[in-house]
Amino acid sequence: MADELPKSEKLIDVDYSPPSRGWMDTPVKIRKGMYCYAGNPKSLELLGAPNPRQWNPLDEDWKLPDNWKEIVFEGLRERIDKFRSFKVFMDICVRCGACSDKCHFFIGSGDPKNMPVLRAELIRSVYRNDFTKAGKILGRLAGARPMTLDVLKEWWYYLFQCSECRRCSLYCPYGIDTAEITIIGREILNLLGLNIDWIATPVANCYRTGNHLGIQPHAFKDMMEFFVDDIEEITGVRVEPSFNRKGAEILFITPSGDVFADPGTYTAMGYLMLFHYLKDLGLDITWSTYGSEGGNFGFFTSHETMKRLNAKMYYEAKRLGVKWILGGECGHMWRVIHQYMDTMNGPADFLEEPVNPITGTRFTNAKSTKMVHIAEFTADLIYHNKLNLDPSRNDNLRVTFHDSCNPSRGMGLLDEPRYVIQNVCKNFYEMPANTIREQTFCCGSGSGLNAGENMELRMMGGMPRANAVKFVKEKYDVNMLACVCAIDRAALPALMDYYHPEVDVTGLHEMVANALILPGEKKRTTNLRGEPLLGMEDEDAE
Amino acid sequence: MNANYMYSLIAVIILLLLAYVGVAGMHLEVLFGVIIPYAAIAIFIGGFIYKVVDWAKSPVPFPITTTAGQQASLPMVSPALIDNPKNKTGVVIRMLLDILLFRSLFRNTRFEVRDTNKFSYELEKWLWLFALIFHYAFLTVVVRHLRFFTEPVLLPVQLLEKLDSFFQVGLPVLYLSGVALLAASIYLFLRRVFIPQMRYISLPADYFPLFLIMGIAGSGLLMRYFAKVDIVSAKELTMGLVTLRPTIPEGIGAIFYVHLFLVCVLLAYFPFSKLMHLGGIFFSPTRNMPGNNREVRHANPWNYPVKIHTYEDYEDEFREKMIEAGLPVEKMPEPKENLEEGKKE
Repeated sequence: MADELPKSEKLIDVDYSPPSRGWMDTPVKIRKGMYCYAGNPKSLELLGAPNPRQWNPLDEDWKLPDNWKEIVFEGLRERIDKFRSFKVFMDICVRCGACSDKCHFFIGSGDPKNMPVLRAELIRSVYRNDFTKAGKILGRLAGARPMTLDVLKEWWYYLFQCSECRRCSLYCPYGIDTAEITIIGREILNLLGLNIDWIATPVANCYRTGNHLGIQPHAFKDMMEFFVDDIEEITGVRVEPSFNRKGAEILFITPSGDVFADPGTYTAMGYLMLFHYLKDLGLDITWSTYGSEGGNFGFFTSHETMKRLNAKMYYEAKRLGVKWILGGECGHMWRVIHQYMDTMNGPADFLEEPVNPITGTRFTNAKSTKMVHIAEFTADLIYHNKLNLDPSRNDNLRVTFHDSCNPSRGMGLLDEPRYVIQNVCKNFYEMPANTIREQTFCCGSGSGLNAGENMELRMMGGMPRANAVKFVKEKYDVNMLACVCAIDRAALPALMDYYHPEVDVTGLHEMVANALILPGEKKRTTNLRGEPLLGMEDEDAE
Repeated sequence: MNANYMYSLIAVIILLLLAYVGVAGMHLEVLFGVIIPYAAIAIFIGGFIYKVVDWAKSPVPFPITTTAGQQASLPMVSPALIDNPKNKTGVVIRMLLDILLFRSLFRNTRFEVRDTNKFSYELEKWLWLFALIFHYAFLTVVVRHLRFFTEPVLLPVQLLEKLDSFFQVGLPVLYLSGVALLAASIYLFLRRVFIPQMRYISLPADYFPLFLIMGIAGSGLLMRYFAKVDIVSAKELTMGLVTLRPTIPEGIGAIFYVHLFLVCVLLAYFPFSKLMHLGGIFFSPTRNMPGNNREVRHANPWNYPVKIHTYEDYEDEFREKMIEAGLPVEKMPEPKENLEEGKKE
């Protein structure tokens, strides 16, 4: 696969001129490198999802149910009635084009069907045909077209080239949110068993084992024990996390990706060290193997699947009898928690309004949902001067911060992580203003698209982010891209490797832990990655 | 040549001719001056209400606010109270700024590639500027036309006319709004034609209202400054419509009926088209909801229970492995001997 991926110099030379034929007359061409493999039928069966079967997007026959058109029609109708957002967004777009060049997939691919407006028109055209008078009478003149197999394939191809980042919705004069349209479009495709395996299998895993990666409880504990050993080796301090412990005050839930692969693992180690440090100050926290996933790929499947996976958080909090939940660094996880969880699975009246046991701060902004973001938690600790930090241990880093889409545009967590970074590290540089904060660009792999087989698509989608990193790399010698998202930590290293191999990726709490002086620790000579600290190169050589 | 705008242009020309021939050739003044206007207004009002009620009937299951700034969380951060509103006041201000000043569009940037691989996203204000001119010119024109539907003419309308003719150019005095409306619609048309991406996404339904509005503005300007239609008779007709005592005064001239007819078409077309963004913007959940979603619970009227994999299901599958790993469990397995005895029985 790697040898099929074009060189970055070639990929970046994007042709933005649209084809001469209109988009309705340009049938979809499903191209290798741009799509993800079809969902494994076993995963669909485990969830009781419709139409589990082996199928290949490149085949002519997608093995659809005979009445698939009826299913799509009914699926659309049901969602028009259930979601005002969808109905309004289908009706009011004026095609002003403000969104057209805001999408990272359009910037990276030049494919006009990746302009948010056109991605939405793929569905809108069918909506007009089936549900509006103008469309029924005027047909194509009103922008309507009937559903066909080609149209369906086009939906599948382009709805899995949208990472639901909502950058377009920021600029839309009416707030039309393509993510909402993609979410509902994917939900309808799922009624026909049209999914991708990179989403379907993690969902099935999460349902059964509690996390996307399918890590079973004993293995989860084992992996954490490895971290405990590593931490001891580096700091001389043995941390003691607890699992599934009843009566703890706080339940901690974070994406399993950080338990599984570098560089997320260093962030997981960071959590362990922070919690250990706070133990003597009064932190009473437990991990859970049943609730061992913060992320929610169900969100990329359907609203119902999202709810089924998310239910575990409150369910486990209730079983363990904790007071509130602390959540780790993750992107879409926080959109789900901030904008969906309480509505779907709340009210969590068995929990209490979160209070930081160390500072006494009441997190009133999480009063109802009772779940606090760890960046909020740590920022609060630093603000109250509760952490003993030595930022010079991060002196080898020249850091920039990548805002993840969901915490930015679906929550507004912008300055808490910056506050933390600036307290644990001295060299911090922002990327250009139109590429950060609420205007941030996606990593290119969000919403379940971080598979291996669609690497070309991912590199296209990540192009604007990589380009902004290049800017700070050239201007400020930035060598570290920090983020608060596990998908970022899985996706950005590949992106950096492709465009600028000199830039590494880190989580926020990896930097916190590197700066954090644990009581009784030995003199640290390396950071959590085992790299020598600045000025300690000799000692490391011993 | 672009089929999409040709269709729309031809449609508007046909409509224009229809009214002209209808009045000048076939003397269907009653049809074009009374029946169609009443029908158009009925369709507009009925259609508008129908559409708005229809939107309102669909519930808002989730708070999907697009947050465009810092949340209100802790004392070390300063929250964006308008872009990420934490209460109703913030939402109202955000909505007003969007509706009255097109704030979201004001953010617009243009993506460009410089020197092969330097990306830039510069602020692009032209669309915002012309959209604003277009809409406010339109509003001014509409309000100014209240002169034809009130007797005596309302004071605010008179004041607006004064403001609109501020420069005191020409005779009759030139109204800025009419010219601005025509100019802005021409700009909006040209960007659809000349920007390749815009041309690619534009439908006949995007050109049609633009041509229609150009036709309305054009015929209006023509009437006022060149053809010099008899305004007194025109007002007699419009007042007749308002007072429900329709009359057809002699000698208004066909161009007036063309103007009126295009307005009627616009009104009747409105509820079935993208022009309904006028109503829709008030219903957009990404803008009309606060961002305080963890503080205040939003209820979903159709929330339904789902099948979940409970902790008990989970422990049943992994109990032995959990015990072996030293993880606490809810239920200890029965001792093996008992199980075997049980089997024997």
